[in-house]
Amino acid sequence: MTPTFDKAAIDAIIAQHQELPGALLPILHDIQHTAGYVPAETVPAIATALSLSRAEVHGVISFYHHFHSQPMGQHTVQICRAEACQSVGARELERHATSKLATELGHTTADGKISLEPVYCLGNCACGPSVQIGDEVHARVTPERFDVLISALKMKEGETTP
Amino acid sequence: MITVYVPRDTTACALGADAVAEAISAEATKRNIDLHIVRNGSRGLFWLETLVEIATDKGRVAYGPVNAADVSALFDAGFHEGKDGDLALGLTADIPYLKNQQRVNFARAGIVDPLSVDDYKAHGGYAGLARALAMQPQAIVDEVKESGLRGRGGAAFPAGIKWQTVHDTPPQQKYIVCNADEGDSGTFADRLLMEADPLQLIEGMTIAGLAVGATQGYIYLRSEYPKAHTVLKTVLANAYAAGYLGDNIAGSGKHFDLEVRLGAGAYICGEETALLDSLEGKRGMVRVKPPLPAIVGLFGQPTVINNVLTLASVSSIFEKGAAHYKDLGVGRSTGTLPMQLAGNIQRGGIVELAFGSSLRSLLEGFGGGTLSGKAIKAVQVGGPLGAYLPDSALDISLDYESFGAASAMLGHGGVVVFDETADMLEQARFAMEFCVVESCGKCTPCRVGSTRGVEVIDNIREAKQRDSKQLDDNLILLENLCETMEFGSLCAMGGLTPFPVRSAIKHFPEDFGG
Repeated sequence: MTPTFDKAAIDAIIAQHQELPGALLPILHDIQHTAGYVPAETVPAIATALSLSRAEVHGVISFYHHFHSQPMGQHTVQICRAEACQSVGARELERHATSKLATELGHTTADGKISLEPVYCLGNCACGPSVQIGDEVHARVTPERFDVLISALKMKEGETTP
Repeated sequence: MITVYVPRDTTACALGADAVAEAISAEATKRNIDLHIVRNGSRGLFWLETLVEIATDKGRVAYGPVNAADVSALFDAGFHEGKDGDLALGLTADIPYLKNQQRVNFARAGIVDPLSVDDYKAHGGYAGLARALAMQPQAIVDEVKESGLRGRGGAAFPAGIKWQTVHDTPPQQKYIVCNADEGDSGTFADRLLMEADPLQLIEGMTIAGLAVGATQGYIYLRSEYPKAHTVLKTVLANAYAAGYLGDNIAGSGKHFDLEVRLGAGAYICGEETALLDSLEGKRGMVRVKPPLPAIVGLFGQPTVINNVLTLASVSSIFEKGAAHYKDLGVGRSTGTLPMQLAGNIQRGGIVELAFGSSLRSLLEGFGGGTLSGKAIKAVQVGGPLGAYLPDSALDISLDYESFGAASAMLGHGGVVVFDETADMLEQARFAMEFCVVESCGKCTPCRVGSTRGVEVIDNIREAKQRDSKQLDDNLILLENLCETMEFGSLCAMGGLTPFPVRSAIKHFPEDFGG
């Protein structure tokens, strides 16, 4: 399989950050931002640049919920599972979302469009249930509102892919 | 020219503030009205977001909650001239929810443009730094001690003592680290401060650097706060450009550099030693203490690590003096604590009060009861590791000592309300489940105990239907497990997870088959 990422861009990211103290997280953030995930093929180059073992780099990637070592769906939809959102219906929303998208939390829909992820608090606790799509947080997300947000995502796609 | 304020904080935007700002701008153009929109931080009255304000001769007047669809009608009613009408709330400063607070940390929130150094200075900012620059390092530490300031992250450790330890280490590379990994559900004070008045934090960190001889600071921000990240990056650049960071702070010849670093979605990194490991580029594993971070901290160097609100409080302590700060609060809980009303609550938001008011008055007076209109069943204070309190315990005073005495925790000031539909067995199970997901895995009681905890609670759920012997056995097992976790865990993650579990069993036995 051909890599889905731009190797030159990854090398540039590594070169840009490698002299920073504690450079690994900034490098991983930028790689994920660019490639959508942290491809396993990038691990040796990161390890060499930072004088770490590949196991150490892999260990860091797998430790943090934010980093993904597999490609994600076109859109990432995060549902807050924490207490403040639970108190206003997050459990019901979670059930609705998994059934609506026919996928489990932590998985991507069969068509590869949407990755449904759990998140533990978005800091929007006074106006839950909260959902984050990309970098946008949405407040007071009822099951009905969730459907509207998902339809809007699909509409956006319709515009970009004629 | 008319000045209109539309908040840009996460919650306001989650409720449609960007669309409101666009609609106001479009409508003004259409009507040929000369109008200037400032994207301020929120006032923290989240139940009124989007809260739009208009500058008038009498002060700012507020309208809310405004949706984009309301904008045309607001113009028809003359809101841009500050006129009354639908959604009009009068002078913002007179809204009782705001007026009845004692704001210190949040005094400028929503008032200033968060990105503007000049606006910050025009509202009292950097006066504290000017004072600190004229003081000896030991005198700065003494002033923090005198104020009685305690860590706002949850553990409430006296900040001045931490600073003294770092101050007393021999001169070498030292660090100031701000813990902005605000992962507790029900808390958003750090986020709002960083989005609404971030220079207060930057000023506080600079003063800390002067006090202990640190020239480098890091803000470790959770990745779930992208808006705060954007604000911080911009405002740091602005502070450098204005000469308030770098190698000649405010012309003093003193040096302090500051950088923001992102976490990556790990609750445990809010624990200070795990945070330091994460900042070093490692897995966020908890360290064994001692050595304390004050002696062997970031990259093995002496490090002050404090929460956002702790460091931000330092700027007002230096602006107004330690005595002024100390006069707020009760006993050893000095100053103010921004409480965060969250969950099933009518009027959620930031309520900053001096320590010592009652939880019930906060919930009823400010919060207005539950959002659903049903009775309150339980209130979790202090995040996912905090105890669940029943209605009968809500008269408790909001200070560290009263909460400690009640086997509860004030923590970072988050208050999550549950109505009578909540199933406390499910909440106890979630506490264990959350610990499974977020444990760093270093110590066995937390890593394994939490998984066993979920299983035992599942057994209880099953047994309560039919088998009282199995129910009793499992409740005893759960209590033993809680004891092991409390006393055997390395840090607060495993050590405090039993608090929500035990309090749920104690106060709501009916949900556990009792």
